[in-house]
Amino acid sequence: MSPAEAEVRRVLAEHGGLPIEGADLDGDADLFDLGMTSHASVNVMLALEDSFDIEFPDEMLRKSTFESVNAISAALGELGAQAPIS
Amino acid sequence: MDCDDFEVRVGTDVQSIAEVAQSIAHFGDRYVRRLYTEHEVECCGGARVESAPGLAARFAAKEAMIKLLRVKDNDPGWKSIEVRRRPGGWCEISLGESARRLADEAGVTHLSMSMSHGAGVATATVVGLCQAGAGA
Repeated sequence: MSPAEAEVRRVLAEHGGLPIEGADLDGDADLFDLGMTSHASVNVMLALEDSFDIEFPDEMLRKSTFESVNAISAALGELGAQAPIS
Repeated sequence: MDCDDFEVRVGTDVQSIAEVAQSIAHFGDRYVRRLYTEHEVECCGGARVESAPGLAARFAAKEAMIKLLRVKDNDPGWKSIEVRRRPGGWCEISLGESARRLADEAGVTHLSMSMSHGAGVATATVVGLCQAGAGA
């Protein structure tokens, strides 16, 4: 697992309101089907911006950007986000 | 006009006011600015925790509209769905570019909405009149 994906999973564990641990999430699992609310996905988005020091552009501010670990990782990759230095 | 030519769609949602207040407290102005239009923020009293009930109702309205559109992928951006308060005090849904495109694809011709909040939650319902068979 890359440092960036590990950070995505940490943020999901803290802000996603999911019933399972971030580390146990299947990368393609639909986070909304697993119980993440739309409002929680906004918190995830903002926390990712803090962690990766990025800003999601308006065209990415939609639920589908945050529907799975892999979708989030793809969006971060598109933005050239680097894993935070711990 | 024949009733068979039209379909009524309904979307509804409920939102915890405390969750919105917590997000404002945690993320501040950034949370408000990314989700809500300037008009929405102004109508609710600004980007502050005390505005949480009105903002929660507007978040529920955005969600209700997304449910009415019946989209999963390619959903509209949050600010593409705006709650506009009219001079008389009632509110209407106004659609920006991405939401308008999806509404047109679904054959939506008229929209009506209502919001309320109390007992810790905010709720909104959007009713749409659509041309039958559109967006099937």
